[in-house]
Amino acid sequence: MLGKLSLSAIPFDVPILVGTFLAVAVIGLAVLGAVTYFGKWGYLWREWLTTVDHKRLAVMYIILAIVMLFRGFADAIMMRTQLALAYAGNPGYLPPHHYDQIFSAHGTIMIFFMAMAFMTGLLNLVVPLQIGARDVAFPFLNSLSFYMTLVGALLINISLFIGEFAQCGWLVYPPLSEMQFSPGVGVDYYIWAVQISGVGTLLTGVNFFTTIVKMRAPGMGWMQMPVFTWTAFCTTVLIMASFPVLTVTLALLSLDRYLGMHFFTNDAGGNVMLYLSMIWTWGHPEVYILVIPAFGVFSEVTSTFSRKPLFGYNTMVYATCSIMVLSFVVWVHHFFTMGAGANVNTFFGIMTMVIAVPTGVKIFNWLFTMYKGRVEFTAPMYWTIGFMITFSIGGMTGVMLAMPAADWILHNSLFLIAHFHNVIIGGVYFGYIAGMGFWFPKAFGFKLNEAWGKRAFWCWFIGFYLAFVPLYILGLEGMTRRMNHYNNPDWYPWMLVAEAGAIVIALGIVCQLTQLYVSIRDRNLPENLDLTGDPWGGRTLEWSISSPPPAYNFAVIPDIHGLDTFHTEKQLGRRAHNKPLAPIHMPKNTAAGAIIGAFSFILGFGAIWYIWWMAGLGLIGIAVTMIMRSANRDVDYYVPVSEIEHNEEIYSRRIAAAQAAE
Amino acid sequence: MAHEATMSPLAHADDHGHDHHHETPNVFGFWLYLMTDCILFGSIFAAFAVLRNQFAGGPSGKELFDLTNVGIETAILLFSSITYGFASINAMAKNKTMVLVWLAITFVLGLSFVGLEVSEFSHMIAEGNGPDRSAFLSAFFTLVGTHGLHVTCGLIWMAVLMVQMMGPQDLSQRMMDKLTCLSLFWHFLDIVWICVFSFVYLAGVM
Repeated sequence: MLGKLSLSAIPFDVPILVGTFLAVAVIGLAVLGAVTYFGKWGYLWREWLTTVDHKRLAVMYIILAIVMLFRGFADAIMMRTQLALAYAGNPGYLPPHHYDQIFSAHGTIMIFFMAMAFMTGLLNLVVPLQIGARDVAFPFLNSLSFYMTLVGALLINISLFIGEFAQCGWLVYPPLSEMQFSPGVGVDYYIWAVQISGVGTLLTGVNFFTTIVKMRAPGMGWMQMPVFTWTAFCTTVLIMASFPVLTVTLALLSLDRYLGMHFFTNDAGGNVMLYLSMIWTWGHPEVYILVIPAFGVFSEVTSTFSRKPLFGYNTMVYATCSIMVLSFVVWVHHFFTMGAGANVNTFFGIMTMVIAVPTGVKIFNWLFTMYKGRVEFTAPMYWTIGFMITFSIGGMTGVMLAMPAADWILHNSLFLIAHFHNVIIGGVYFGYIAGMGFWFPKAFGFKLNEAWGKRAFWCWFIGFYLAFVPLYILGLEGMTRRMNHYNNPDWYPWMLVAEAGAIVIALGIVCQLTQLYVSIRDRNLPENLDLTGDPWGGRTLEWSISSPPPAYNFAVIPDIHGLDTFHTEKQLGRRAHNKPLAPIHMPKNTAAGAIIGAFSFILGFGAIWYIWWMAGLGLIGIAVTMIMRSANRDVDYYVPVSEIEHNEEIYSRRIAAAQAAE
Repeated sequence: MAHEATMSPLAHADDHGHDHHHETPNVFGFWLYLMTDCILFGSIFAAFAVLRNQFAGGPSGKELFDLTNVGIETAILLFSSITYGFASINAMAKNKTMVLVWLAITFVLGLSFVGLEVSEFSHMIAEGNGPDRSAFLSAFFTLVGTHGLHVTCGLIWMAVLMVQMMGPQDLSQRMMDKLTCLSLFWHFLDIVWICVFSFVYLAGVM
């Protein structure tokens, strides 16, 4: 009846987990209680949980990402603390099977549920506004994608309290992840969480590609698209081309585990290296899926705060597209030691180094954009400059690893760990935080606090170097990754430094929380309010409308005459349009996404625990909801002209008030 | 499957100013989904290519495959593409009754294809040559089974569309879009099957 699930699956004997569970339960109950107390359930359901508005989905994605950042960072600081203790006679406080779950969960959560969710949130917030669209091409699918991501995140976090998580790393390499060596439910949690959220990501890819191709404002040709939209476009291409491979790879692993097949087993002809090749066919493009939109953020931030058009727009576009293509021909560099032969390794080594060329082009474009610009040192600009330095170093160690001969020595060492944190924190995370600061006023109508933003930056920046430069050194000294105890006295001091770095980063996160708190508290101060919708003197279309924008974004779809049309029109003093207003056709909110998400959760949980009636129920529920949704004709409505006029009137008055205040 | 539920109300409202051709974002979006499905099959084909000679002491394709049976399956599936084509022609002529008739014929053909495949599979499993016998058989069952699963989803989708079409109303633009998407899906599965037939069965026997 309950499959593998029994009371023994709940880890009462692990005090850390019981404590965490109590904390999560208390916070969770407090939040639910507060919502009930203030009577906000109806509001939450109608305005947020059933929304198809890309701006609100964006906010929910980014909240999810921030919560997952806490979870992933808690794992990180536990690992650093373990290694600061577990030297020589001291076993540390984490037994190996627990430690192994933590490093597996850290990577999985940070990539799939922190970075991917943050990236999708930024795409949702910005892309339709930048291209002058009223929503995405498939608003319902957009809501469904969010719930798929959310369900994946829920499953992976439930593994903390019911059962266990995978102990074989964030990409669950076989044969360790096969039934023979991992008979528990940990790998199944991994598989189902990643598969369900992967469906969401794939749908996001299709959705945003269609949106960008089909729904740009009239006159916006390809080379008039803002750079962030270009990077979003390249990312959606990568998603569509690579996520099906991930789906297949994990499906084959599940067939091995559930039906006793032999794709990646040691016996009966299975081939472990097939798994590595397939998973990295997805995995390498994946890192570019994450970092390319961050490049887009840096481009927008640099040009806005340098008060100059982006230097080399065309080369920026071509560089982005080259990276997009090249990201598919480098995957073997993740397993040079497989023994594919010198010629194969040489090819992939050279291709990997080639990627440094378009990336270098980008770095120089940003530098030249700042050159002779009137640079305004806002917090997003801090993150951008911090990125340029940090990412360049990460890129250089990447080129080192791209040499097969060097990789032979450095592979699986802490040098590798330092390298990819160098590019993912310094590139992806810095970029997303810069983007959050940059577009926050657009989403909410007030700015984030600058002082706390800069404090957060310095903590992250210094903390990063403290935490990861020691790992470079340790890697060169031969320390391998995923160790939970060591005896080498030379390593011990570096581990203490790395622990200090992790604590400084923790302070950075505290600063970011304080920044959010202070900004919300002071949101009505005149210097924080964004009345004009254009707080930074922006260049692209999202700044031409009110903050936050109305549900339909644009009262009148603008005509585009070139790159940065909005900026040009501001210079010429032409801001108001005089096109007649017409009723606007909009999609209605729907609960279908949430319902399908709930059934996906039932399906996933049932399959993880071998509760087959439950999995079947989930599957049937998904199918029935889909069919009912497809029969529903009541999916849209018209916004009447009077309402649009009313909103425009308020917006004009706010602009007038802002001008009077100046 | 998701696609029929994707019909966006914004399709016509919000792309004014764009070139209209005859394609809505729905059909375009579905094309994209099909391309991702193509990569999905491509990955499974790649796995099959790597594992196709890993018999692990078990039987090879030569001993297992019955080309007559596969030939009949292939003929049925290809023929069902033609009958779907007739349904499409009638849909353009707004002849709803004939659309339903041709869809029903297509449905029966699709169902017989799935039935033949299931009987082939159960026969093999009964003889001890199931997917857990060897890596080759794992890859074989997964590749052919994934295709069969797609055909089954197509059949469910077709049945839902037929039910939705019944009643007095004319064929709406929304329904035309759905018929076009299912048509793309159905013909796509045909193309995949031709690859399965050539690379799995023919190459396995020869």
